[in-house]
Amino acid sequence: MATTEVERKRGQRAALSIAAVVIMVGVPLWWRTTETYRAWLPFSQINELANMQLQLSADVEVVFARGTVTPEQQKKVPLTQTEDEEHTVAEDTALRYRYEIRYRTATIMEEDALDQPTAAEADLSLHTLSESPCGSLVVYVIPESSSLLPEDVDVYIGQRRTGLLRIGTQMRVGRTLEQLLAHLEPRIKQVLQVMSFSHTDITAALSDRVRLSPGNKESIADSMRAFKSSPGYEITFSLLNPDPKSHRLHWDIEGAVQTYIQPLLTKLAPVANFSLDSQTLYYAMLGVNPRFDSSSSAYTLNSDSLAHVINPVEARLGSNAASSNPVLNFLLYVPDAHHSPLYIHDNKKQQVASNAFHSPRWGGIMVYNVNGLYRPEAVLPVDININMAKVMGVFLAQLRLLLGVQSSTAPPGFLMAPCGSTGLADWELDRLMWSRSVENVAKATTTITSLAQLLDQIGNIVINDNIAEQVSNAVTSLQLAVAELEAGNLGFALQYSKEAIMASERAFFDPSLLHLLYFPDDQKFAIYIPLFLPMCVPILLSLLKIVSEARQKRREKQAKKD
Amino acid sequence: MSPTGSICWTEPPVFTSLMHTSCCTMKILTFFSLFSTLLSANSINLEENAGQFFSSGHTNNWAVLVCTSRFWFNYRHVANTLSVYRSVKRLGIPDSHIVLMLADDMACNHRNPKPATVFSHKNMELNVYGDDVEVDYRGYEVTVENFLRVLTGRLPTSTPRSKRLLSDDRSNILIYLTGHGGNGFLKFQDSEEISNVELADAFEQMWQKRRYNELLFIIDTCQGASMYERFYSPNLMALASSQVGEDSLSHQPDLAIGVHLMDRYTFYLLEFLEDIHPASKANMNDLFKVCPKSQCVSTPGHRTDLFLRDPGSALITDFFGSVRKVEITMETINLTDPIKEAEQNPMNEKPQKVTYSYVDQLPVSEIIHQKPKQKDWHPPDGFILGLWTLILLVFFKTYGIKHLKHIF
Repeated sequence: MATTEVERKRGQRAALSIAAVVIMVGVPLWWRTTETYRAWLPFSQINELANMQLQLSADVEVVFARGTVTPEQQKKVPLTQTEDEEHTVAEDTALRYRYEIRYRTATIMEEDALDQPTAAEADLSLHTLSESPCGSLVVYVIPESSSLLPEDVDVYIGQRRTGLLRIGTQMRVGRTLEQLLAHLEPRIKQVLQVMSFSHTDITAALSDRVRLSPGNKESIADSMRAFKSSPGYEITFSLLNPDPKSHRLHWDIEGAVQTYIQPLLTKLAPVANFSLDSQTLYYAMLGVNPRFDSSSSAYTLNSDSLAHVINPVEARLGSNAASSNPVLNFLLYVPDAHHSPLYIHDNKKQQVASNAFHSPRWGGIMVYNVNGLYRPEAVLPVDININMAKVMGVFLAQLRLLLGVQSSTAPPGFLMAPCGSTGLADWELDRLMWSRSVENVAKATTTITSLAQLLDQIGNIVINDNIAEQVSNAVTSLQLAVAELEAGNLGFALQYSKEAIMASERAFFDPSLLHLLYFPDDQKFAIYIPLFLPMCVPILLSLLKIVSEARQKRREKQAKKD
Repeated sequence: MSPTGSICWTEPPVFTSLMHTSCCTMKILTFFSLFSTLLSANSINLEENAGQFFSSGHTNNWAVLVCTSRFWFNYRHVANTLSVYRSVKRLGIPDSHIVLMLADDMACNHRNPKPATVFSHKNMELNVYGDDVEVDYRGYEVTVENFLRVLTGRLPTSTPRSKRLLSDDRSNILIYLTGHGGNGFLKFQDSEEISNVELADAFEQMWQKRRYNELLFIIDTCQGASMYERFYSPNLMALASSQVGEDSLSHQPDLAIGVHLMDRYTFYLLEFLEDIHPASKANMNDLFKVCPKSQCVSTPGHRTDLFLRDPGSALITDFFGSVRKVEITMETINLTDPIKEAEQNPMNEKPQKVTYSYVDQLPVSEIIHQKPKQKDWHPPDGFILGLWTLILLVFFKTYGIKHLKHIF
């Protein structure tokens, strides 16, 4: 009897100890070994960034030339005004534009510079005097009687960051400084809209974040045409020669790129990296048959057939396999001898002066006719040197359009200086930098926010340390970029925004973040039941038996007591 | 600066000729009114055509075509995918914008009586393999993981450009899947499956990163409609060859090759696409009518509630073709500097010679002298546990049940 008692006790102790081991050791072990490693992410900071409040600050210096202010007003003039404009674009996006306007009178050297006969020369001598930093402007207010600007022009925008503003007629007699400033304020704002940033540009840059209803058609075309901000671009120049038997073409592409294109790209270096290459394709035909137009005795391509030209050619253009940067293709097509000369007609059946067309976010094609360069009885093949200045003039214009440099039409009364030898005016670069900074900040914020949301929702994704590091870098860079935009340091803001974009893209597109761990509930049951059921059922049953025996004993003891 | 380039659109010739006649007539009043109505009509027509330019909102097209089955008897799935590939290329999408994934090689299969061909019509009328097929993912590379990586963009940095989907927010993407499927899943390579929830999540991640403007999803498998049930991202349109509970059937066997050559839905889809040319104006509503129940035996389904535009305004070529928008370049920059002569490198400065060498393909020395890798400890899985339980039970049975009694 005692042995059975001992054995029973031993059995009870064995069952209890097994249950204890399973619960104390087994369950935590299973939990630890099946949990996924998730490094800490700054979720609170990311949520703060999601509610984007951007402030853009621009510095403007307004210089009064001789004849615009009276001598006693001149004493009051050195003053500073700050203007704020608030816009709420969406429920989580607010913009504030701050303009710091400093008024002063012109120095002697500036007066001398403004005495030049034409506005262009005045502009040249003015910016030998001072160099305005990136993102700021200088506007010179000249008297109404000044002969610098032609009759119908009120504002002249120079190649650097200067503008000449002609004071209005009503501001001639007996006006106070306050009236003068009040008159100038909207006009200076207008100049700022053109030379610095405008609300339409900034909201277009935020299109990733805020899906706005389409405004006018021009703004849609602008937004569809330019490439989105990217850390690098690849530019490929291709010469298409469908008829090597007749034409032996020579183009000095290296020299042309070095002279004409490289200055623009060097100037755009803060915005993106560019890599250039070139190729020559032989026997590359256009996919469309041009029609012969007897009135001009030339072959024509009309506008609706242009859309079908690109696809057959694109199949033959290569691209750099190593990088994933967007590619801009510029093609120079020399028509074959039987289809020369070839002209492009617009929808009004007029010849296009540039003989070129471009496709949004793809590149441009120019048709270069060479039939005039050799006599019909010349010995084939003919050596032809291509006039690279003409070709590059067209390609440079197309490049400006595709990169988003070209702005919308100038308001009436404005005269723009032709862009300099680099093909880009300083204020155009500033405009591009403003919109790129805002676009980068918006895109990085969206990426980080959606990444945080994704990682929050899907509890099974492993978050490695390197991803957490990239996310932290991105958050830090974003905060710095927003701060620099507030302070008005455009160069630093763009740099930080680029770093933010790179870090956030690297974190989002990290190959380890693939969510392949989706388990529907029935699959989870199917995996765990064969593992745990055979183990748990004996333990549970033995525990139940112990409990029932203990209860029975207590009942017996109660019965014995009574 | 002069205005930006004009956007070209087609102007119907009728209006221009009428305007010419209107200028030459004598009755000024009547033709003045006619002129004004013509102007307004002309501007309306221009508006319509300009509207056409902007209505689709995309600038480039991509296609992801996936065949998920291997083995010789699944010849028809490879033929399906290659036929869609052929149509898409014919309508203009270049190879650089097509990601073609074929899980098995039918053209060079040992059982193919006509090697290097894949036919889609019986009597071997049409060889869809040809000599310019560019397969990006082949054989065992076609996995659920790679497919999701292509869609979401999470590829390792060493992946070449041809294997990536480099779309942006103005890309229209066509995704075509074919293979064997079931209610809520699609089988890949006979060993794994992708569920409709994973697919919907992948599309949502694409939307978050604005990797598409509009997406057309076509699936030709059994119970294909279950795959698009769970979509929740905007701008998706989906077509399937059969509803939940129905099987998609194959079209016709070829007696010489010995297998079925195509599936019915894709066969009739291709017949429809053969009539489409790059300038065609057929829209999505025509696509929904392809292969009715009488021809397909299964009921094709479609889903357009997530698509923001009206499907009747979406052209077939918006997804299957690649019609580029063009603008005339209106202005040029006047460049006057002559080309600089390239600077001559001084001859005494020898360029640094960088020696290149190939990466070790097979690091033999490392393998020979390798130490065994430390493996992470995993807890024993179900098989081991079951085995131990069995051993314990046998032990207790042999050595007496009474030991067992105290536990149970």
